Amino acid sequence: MATYQLSVNGENHEVEAMPNTPLLWVLRDNLDLTGTKFGCGAALCGACTVHLNGNAVRSCSTPVSSVGNKKVTTIEGISGEGLHPVQQAWMDENVPQCGFCQTGQIMTAIALIEKNPNPSDSDIDSAMSGNICRCGTYERIRKAIKRAAKADTK
Amino acid sequence: MKTETYDHRIFKVSRRDFLKTTSVGTAGLLLGIQFSCTDTSKKLTGNPAAIFSPNVYISINGNGDVTLIAHRSEMGTGIRTSLPLIMADEMEADWSRVKIEQAVGDEKYGDQNTDGSFSVRMFFTPLRKAGATVRLLLEQAAAKEWGVDVSECKAQNHEVVHTSGKAFGFGYLAEKAGTLPIPEESTVSLKDPKDFRYITKQSSIVDLKDIVTGKAKFGYDKTLPNTKYAVIRRNPEAGAGLKSFQMDAAMKVPGVIKVFSLDAPGFPTNFNKPLGGVVVVAENTWAAMKGRDALEVTWNKGINADYNSLAYNNDMLKRVKTKGKVRRENGQVDKAFGKAKKIVEADYSVPLISHSPMETPCALAHFHDNACDVWAPVQDPQGVRKSLAAALGIDEKVVTVNITLLGGAFGRKSKPDFVVEAALISRNIGSPVKILWTREDDLQHDFYHFPSAQYLKVGIDENNKVNAWLHRSTFPPIGGTADPNASEPSGFELSMGMVDLPYAIENICCESQDAKAKIRIGWLRSVANIHHAFAVGCTLDEVAKARGVDPVQNLLDMLGEDRMIDFKSLSPEFWNYNEKIEDFPWDTARFRKVIETAKEKSNWGKSLPKGSGQGIAVHRSFLTYVACVVEVVVDSNNTIRIPKVDYVVDCGIPVNPERIKSQFEGGAAFAASLALKSEITVKNGAVQQSNFDDYQVARMKDAPYETAVHIIESGEKPTGVGEPPVPPFIPALCNALFAATGKRIRQLPVKLV
Repeated sequence: MATYQLSVNGENHEVEAMPNTPLLWVLRDNLDLTGTKFGCGAALCGACTVHLNGNAVRSCSTPVSSVGNKKVTTIEGISGEGLHPVQQAWMDENVPQCGFCQTGQIMTAIALIEKNPNPSDSDIDSAMSGNICRCGTYERIRKAIKRAAKADTK
Repeated sequence: MKTETYDHRIFKVSRRDFLKTTSVGTAGLLLGIQFSCTDTSKKLTGNPAAIFSPNVYISINGNGDVTLIAHRSEMGTGIRTSLPLIMADEMEADWSRVKIEQAVGDEKYGDQNTDGSFSVRMFFTPLRKAGATVRLLLEQAAAKEWGVDVSECKAQNHEVVHTSGKAFGFGYLAEKAGTLPIPEESTVSLKDPKDFRYITKQSSIVDLKDIVTGKAKFGYDKTLPNTKYAVIRRNPEAGAGLKSFQMDAAMKVPGVIKVFSLDAPGFPTNFNKPLGGVVVVAENTWAAMKGRDALEVTWNKGINADYNSLAYNNDMLKRVKTKGKVRRENGQVDKAFGKAKKIVEADYSVPLISHSPMETPCALAHFHDNACDVWAPVQDPQGVRKSLAAALGIDEKVVTVNITLLGGAFGRKSKPDFVVEAALISRNIGSPVKILWTREDDLQHDFYHFPSAQYLKVGIDENNKVNAWLHRSTFPPIGGTADPNASEPSGFELSMGMVDLPYAIENICCESQDAKAKIRIGWLRSVANIHHAFAVGCTLDEVAKARGVDPVQNLLDMLGEDRMIDFKSLSPEFWNYNEKIEDFPWDTARFRKVIETAKEKSNWGKSLPKGSGQGIAVHRSFLTYVACVVEVVVDSNNTIRIPKVDYVVDCGIPVNPERIKSQFEGGAAFAASLALKSEITVKNGAVQQSNFDDYQVARMKDAPYETAVHIIESGEKPTGVGEPPVPPFIPALCNALFAATGKRIRQLPVKLV
């Protein structure tokens, strides 16, 4: 076991964990931030997506020992009081069905739009290809990303 | 029939039980009245202690806050929204003042088994009556207060308004309404559909904001003080036992607390029994997983140690070409084939498929004081409660099943096995425990969609008319998961797309061949409709080609005159999704209408570039009529894209059109996984796939780019929408692939090369 200082959603946390513990389980089991989901444990489905210094990463395959002083942002910390424009777009398009994968989808989409404010269909396909939705909300995810991108560039 | 127990338990919705306990106007509801007006001194709005709760689903407090019970499980269909909407509409509640509370598993709520696409179908009228009764009581309370006749009072958007214009809020009236006798059912009138405020209108789901902000609670999200974490190593062969295990290395993993074994059930396993194995309990999820990695386990071989899916499927394909047991026979097919000028003949094969919902099975259980509380994402909370009571040897009354949101289910979470595991572990360790199935666990220990083989032979006579139809189907019945003797596809399984063939063909023969389950088989979104609609829908396209007519025209030709099909006389085994055919007839006019509308809406026959094609299929399942046109583009690398899907849906009154559309959009993507991606194979009794790298599902680029859902306007009783999108999509896609490439698809998942 080792002790790590983590910056999560703007707050500093001290956590005890095995060095190879995925950030996902530190967020969930140690910090009770349960908006980040377990889907595969192998960086294949995207349900666990969080941001490290603004980059979308799969927290299920990111050892806590590799986080260092990078800023971790989870779905709980992506917006202040209100909603992030991407969350708002998700609501406007009524994207979710079961909802389980959506926090990961939203985190990937936010990272996409921050880097590429006006993504094409193929940009969206490629950025979102790592996020699985078994309910099949892909069409609305695409629409929501386009809506959020538009709102962002206004 | 051997599988009867299964039929009854799972699919035979016990309507009598439901009426007994919940329907308005019957004893259950009347006896279930609870009035608790604790503060009688305050009669103005603002006394929240006054609770008017005339039935198990609805309560109003003195503030006018309405609480509606969602008693069915939310797995993405929007049912937590749609059923409360029905009540709110009838009682004239303001939706913005409604709070939804999830019921625990309890028979007092009526049927809670969220399965078979029947939530709205079963509860539409009872919940309207429940809401309408509340509305009438509020109107009566206002009338009494004003000393006027009730006919002068009308509930409107959270108020009761008198003809003179004066009004009382629901909150003010709650306490008074609670003192009135429940009206006779005959005096309760339902709204005229033209006055619907929410039903048939667009409504967002109640959990929307919680979902997008990460606050929504799923099965692994709740923790109690002192909660431990557990995973289980299970025998790769379903139901087989444990020989020995070595736990020293596992116990050395920091955080691991305890390692112990659970008994295996043998095979067949039954639906509610855990698979047994070696449990690792730890202080956190990761330690449990690492501890499990460090286990050394030797397994016993069971009776399916020689099960190889490839050989098994090939054997089914071979046997299905020979005469089977007749399950429907009209006319004489053999004679008719003799007279046929053309024969269309093909066999079809579908592999084992896993549900793989994004949320793997998981649960929190707390066994304490010889009682058990669980929080779990389950489709059948009453079934879970019974299974827990049986497994723990305690009374159901001391088992509380709290239902979290379900992160997808598709049929997997109608089995209670994983919750039973959690409860047994909690009892063993004496503290609350959360169990997690990893994705590997989920894919390797599922209740799989059955592997199947089918053979179809169709005769076309000298008048270019189809005169004979032979359909043989074989697959291990779901009942075989519980009953060692069940090896014959059951009538209800064959009524999902085989013996319910609606086409006007003089000579029809449907036969089945036996097959025995070698692994846990369960129902997956649309069940046997998946493989039957695939084979029938593709065969019809081949028939169109053989007849030299357009596929849409071919469907209409074969359907014949508009009629209500009297299946009872055509097919003794016909099953109508637990509804009487008189109540939900098989109406070919509705079938025809979805086909004709699909032709129009999809711009059927439009000119498309080389490598593109359209395909159509139509299917009735769960009493809903669906036509589907799929457009595909196949590039030079044989990559398949789906730019457009058109669905036409006749599901009766469309209670929540927005969620109906989302079910169809999602159903298309789900079916695209089945058609193009997903396959479970088994070698020596063990599933070979382990995660989303070798068990592929549709990702964004594989799913349809645009799905248009056209809902037929209807005043008929509402029917299912969760499962019906899946069956016709697959043959429509395969027929489109034929149009695009000239290649016939007879095996799933599709392989173009």
